[in-house]
Amino acid sequence: MSDVLAVAEHRRGELRDVSFELLSAGRMLADQTGGDLHVAVVGGDTDGFADELDREGVDAIHTVSEGEEFNHDIYAQAVEALHADLDPQVLLMPNSVNGLDYAPAVANRLDLPLATDAVDFEYDDGLTVTREMYGSKVETTVEVGGDQYAVTIRGAEWPAAESVGDAEISEFDADIDTDTGSVVTGFEEVGGGDVDISEADFIVSIGRGIEEEDNLPLIEDLVEATDATLASSRPIVDNGWLPKNRQVGQSGKVVTPTVYLAIGISGAVQHVAGMKGADNIIAVNTDPNAPIFDIADYGIVGDLFDVVPELIEEFE
Amino acid sequence: MKVLVTVKEVAEVADDFEIEGTEVGERYLEYDLNEWDDYAVEEAVQLKEDGPAEEVVTVTIGPERSEETIRMALAKGADRAVRVWDDALEEPDLLDVETKTNLLQAVVEEEDPDLVLTGVQAGDDAFGATGVSLADELGFQWGAVVNALDYDADENVAHVHRELEGGVEELTDIELPAVLTIQTGINEPRYASLRGIRQAQSKEISPKSLGDIGLDADAVESDLTLTSMYEPESESDVEIFDGDASETAGKLAEVLREKGVAE
Repeated sequence: MSDVLAVAEHRRGELRDVSFELLSAGRMLADQTGGDLHVAVVGGDTDGFADELDREGVDAIHTVSEGEEFNHDIYAQAVEALHADLDPQVLLMPNSVNGLDYAPAVANRLDLPLATDAVDFEYDDGLTVTREMYGSKVETTVEVGGDQYAVTIRGAEWPAAESVGDAEISEFDADIDTDTGSVVTGFEEVGGGDVDISEADFIVSIGRGIEEEDNLPLIEDLVEATDATLASSRPIVDNGWLPKNRQVGQSGKVVTPTVYLAIGISGAVQHVAGMKGADNIIAVNTDPNAPIFDIADYGIVGDLFDVVPELIEEFE
Repeated sequence: MKVLVTVKEVAEVADDFEIEGTEVGERYLEYDLNEWDDYAVEEAVQLKEDGPAEEVVTVTIGPERSEETIRMALAKGADRAVRVWDDALEEPDLLDVETKTNLLQAVVEEEDPDLVLTGVQAGDDAFGATGVSLADELGFQWGAVVNALDYDADENVAHVHRELEGGVEELTDIELPAVLTIQTGINEPRYASLRGIRQAQSKEISPKSLGDIGLDADAVESDLTLTSMYEPESESDVEIFDGDASETAGKLAEVLREKGVAE
């Protein structure tokens, strides 16, 4: 009972990055618990996925051939059955939208304490998980009781496992009831529109700090003066001030400009996921403790309503 | 149909704050309705205004102080509220998902709603797990991270969009009874009108103890113990521009020119 079981994630025929990060996180943890790293992949091209997941440090891969795409009822049943068979000490799942659609159900069924959105963990006769609270303003360590655990991990916190391994690959025959109460009927790409912010070289991006829609023209003046591309964090799109195709982040677009100028953006983890690949990040924010300054290269601690007009003047 | 909405009062931390032990100092905290729950309340109220829902009830795990937040939800159109609390709930500094599931399950079983709406996550502890755990415990269907909801009364099915990462939405049909966790942006939460605020004063908030919902102190033993809290270390060596707005803007402009993105 010292093994780790990590559950891979795929969508529309491709393993998602977090699957390979789970392998690194799982190996790290299995080294601490002194057990093997087992990996599960459910649905889709399981044979192809298993070959791809066979990276260094993985001891065994279990495939469950049921369904093409993610369905939480099937995932919950498959993972529950595998857990019963393998009896691992830690069950690792991604803290993704789909992870959060089945991990809590599995933890509930197996009566496992659940720690979500882990950014780090350590096992030493017991599990301690590092997580954030209050919109990433503080980090906490949490001791998890019991002797078996369920943990979901945040994406991009562990490196992706790369080298080819020699894991034992086998098919797991889970007895799955496919008469599910929820049915996935399709997918839809959102956004679209006239501008593709993922192609932009210079992005001026705005967040809650602009306070109200009436302040948008000020930013548009800056965008015009500098020939930049306008983007935003989630709240601006939620408010309907900008269309969805302008949203940067986990549920929006991933951007990789030369310069990302974040104005009035605090730097919530979901937003950072979409823009940390920028060559240069510049932040303007009144709060010196805003998480955006942790990843910024340059910063102004100040009021955007004072700074932006001055900046416009520089380029007019 | 009856819609139950879970409403949480969350603490928001001021820009500057101090950590005292494993807590943020009380004077740096402001309490408010959880942002995601605000959208869940709005969705429920719209279901009532559009016809399918007859009653919208909120349920909160929280001390008496949280009634101020509950009144906000009532002012926005919820019909009545249930508030569960017990002194035993003050003990753990971090309530685990199982505890919240136990408490909410007891209320859901008593209220017997057709649809339960929760926020995707809470702005303070950010577990993002209670809704799905609750659904599983109840034997309800569920959908996590829902950003569009169209209820079909004839089929008793919720046609939902689940917001996946990277600008992709999953279209899913979910049979009721169900728990849906609601993502921000699904609607535009209304402001509470003065009339709504006045009306909310006369709406019922039923306080319930653990005993009232058939539980005892064992139901609130959290598996999670907060052992330390600290401000995250900065990962970058950010260069902060000093000076007044004109000086800092000048330095920023210089960087933009240097990087070749603006002239």
